Amino acid sequence: MAYPMQLGFQDAASPIMEELLHFHDHTLMIVFLISSLVLYIISLMLTTKLTHTSTMDAQEVETVWTILPAIILIMIALPSLRILYMMDEINNPSLTVKTMGHQWYWSYEYTDYEDLSFDSYMIPTSELKPGELRLLEVDNRVVLPMEMTIRMLISSEDVLHSWAVPSLGLKTDAIPGRLNQTTLMSTRPGLFYGQCSEICGSNHSFMPIVLELVPLKYFEKWSASML
Amino acid sequence: MLGGECPKPCKGKWPTPPFDPRFPNQNQTRNCYQNFLDYHRCIKTMNRRGKSTQPCEYYFRVYHSLCPISWVQRWKEQIKDGTFAGKI
Repeated sequence: MAYPMQLGFQDAASPIMEELLHFHDHTLMIVFLISSLVLYIISLMLTTKLTHTSTMDAQEVETVWTILPAIILIMIALPSLRILYMMDEINNPSLTVKTMGHQWYWSYEYTDYEDLSFDSYMIPTSELKPGELRLLEVDNRVVLPMEMTIRMLISSEDVLHSWAVPSLGLKTDAIPGRLNQTTLMSTRPGLFYGQCSEICGSNHSFMPIVLELVPLKYFEKWSASML
Repeated sequence: MLGGECPKPCKGKWPTPPFDPRFPNQNQTRNCYQNFLDYHRCIKTMNRRGKSTQPCEYYFRVYHSLCPISWVQRWKEQIKDGTFAGKI
């Protein structure tokens, strides 16, 4: 989850998020290189007594500073498109879970077998136990099996919301009347936190999402106990 | 527990709706609605012909997995009241 003084992304818990992390590192490095080059050149320009008042043309440097940026853009675009297509790959999910956004909580439905559904409200700050995270904990977590491809279907019962879990690289809008699909796959067990990511009223900041990824056996035991 | 009955022809337990190439994109609204319609049309046709409704179970399983419970309840109410907009 997010931690104090955080500068970068949260640790990745899915292969797609790992790819996004590396892509971000790659692109940010390019951005830093270009920015420092430009800043250096500006500083050179401002600290020289040399002048040249009769410039007519500069074909060579113009060619270079056209071709080079084109190459840099291609070097950014290719990995970006690779990840985009990777996110769209056809996979065969083993489980389907629906989540409906409400003002101001999420409800979850597991209806592949029996009808299991429950609401997930934020735990108010006054009721937190020691060690729990403020504005992030919920009463009923979304328990899911790890290392399995899960189809998430996201919608809303009232206004726009957005279901986001940063460590899995997920953010999908919850739109009333529309069923949006995203694929969830966690490589490790653990608790993964997220928050509603589309303004939805007064308690928009107080409807978090908590995923509890566990081995399949624990998931089966949990779902049987919830029925 | 994981594992309900799998509608024929299928061996083993019903996992979850498979990928449907008719609805390859993010918006799965039509996938849910189409299977709901297909189930009711299948039931109506099979009943009219006096045949078993077992083959219709596939459509039931798909829409039951995909469609939000509130949508299904609303549509069932509308069917009961005769105000359902789809053609069944």
